[in-house]
Amino acid sequence: MATKEYAGKTVNVTDDGYLTDPSQWTREVAQAIAAEEGITLTNTHWKVIDFLKKDFAATGALASMRRINKTGGIATKDLYEMFPDGPLKKAARIAGLPRPTSCV
Amino acid sequence: MADEKIKKVSIICSKGSLEGIYPALIMANGARMEGIEVNLFFTFFGMDAITKKKIKKIKVATVGNPAMGIPTLIGALPGMSALATKMMQKKMDQLDIPPIDEFIEMISAAGGKLYACKASVDMFDLKKEDFVDSVERILTVGDFYALSTGGQIIFT
Repeated sequence: MATKEYAGKTVNVTDDGYLTDPSQWTREVAQAIAAEEGITLTNTHWKVIDFLKKDFAATGALASMRRINKTGGIATKDLYEMFPDGPLKKAARIAGLPRPTSCV
Repeated sequence: MADEKIKKVSIICSKGSLEGIYPALIMANGARMEGIEVNLFFTFFGMDAITKKKIKKIKVATVGNPAMGIPTLIGALPGMSALATKMMQKKMDQLDIPPIDEFIEMISAAGGKLYACKASVDMFDLKKEDFVDSVERILTVGDFYALSTGGQIIFT
């Protein structure tokens, strides 16, 4: 396990950069991770992040792309525009959640 | 070369059974989720996955499919294929794997490009209008290779 510094805060991360302790996540940490991915977070990004966190707390699992669309009400096309080249992986990392493990 | 990331794939879907189509769709969608450029090329019975009249009627093959573990004569009974399909669809829905029509839309929304094969289109007397709207166009094999330049080609 490695540690990394985001927004002046030291957090524990996996080798591929996912937070291991959700309690270390803050909105500032999210912004710093997003910046590393080349993303500036807007209100629509936050809508996705908030949905993922809420859904993870309720179900114990990371939502699939389909679930973000069907339950979260966010269009798949928009997700790809907001988080280019890997929407679920990037959104999960910014939200401080584990790396996606499903094939869909 | 060996360590280079895959940037582009062209996937050919040539079979029209449920178990023939899903692997192509899962690979295509999975590629987009990794930021890989995707061309999905439908040929022969694989075109059922993009044909309006067929897209909701795709079934599991229960005959000539030894992996199903059902004797051929039982698999041939009326309703067997529909039953196996229903069971598989139920399980897939639980895993959040969408039905084929929704999956095709999802791949298209994800930026995957869908094409139908010219030779098969001519053979089955189909037209562009027979396909779902997300199909870009009908391609010759030559066009397909041109589109696939610089990428990997996967045949399913």
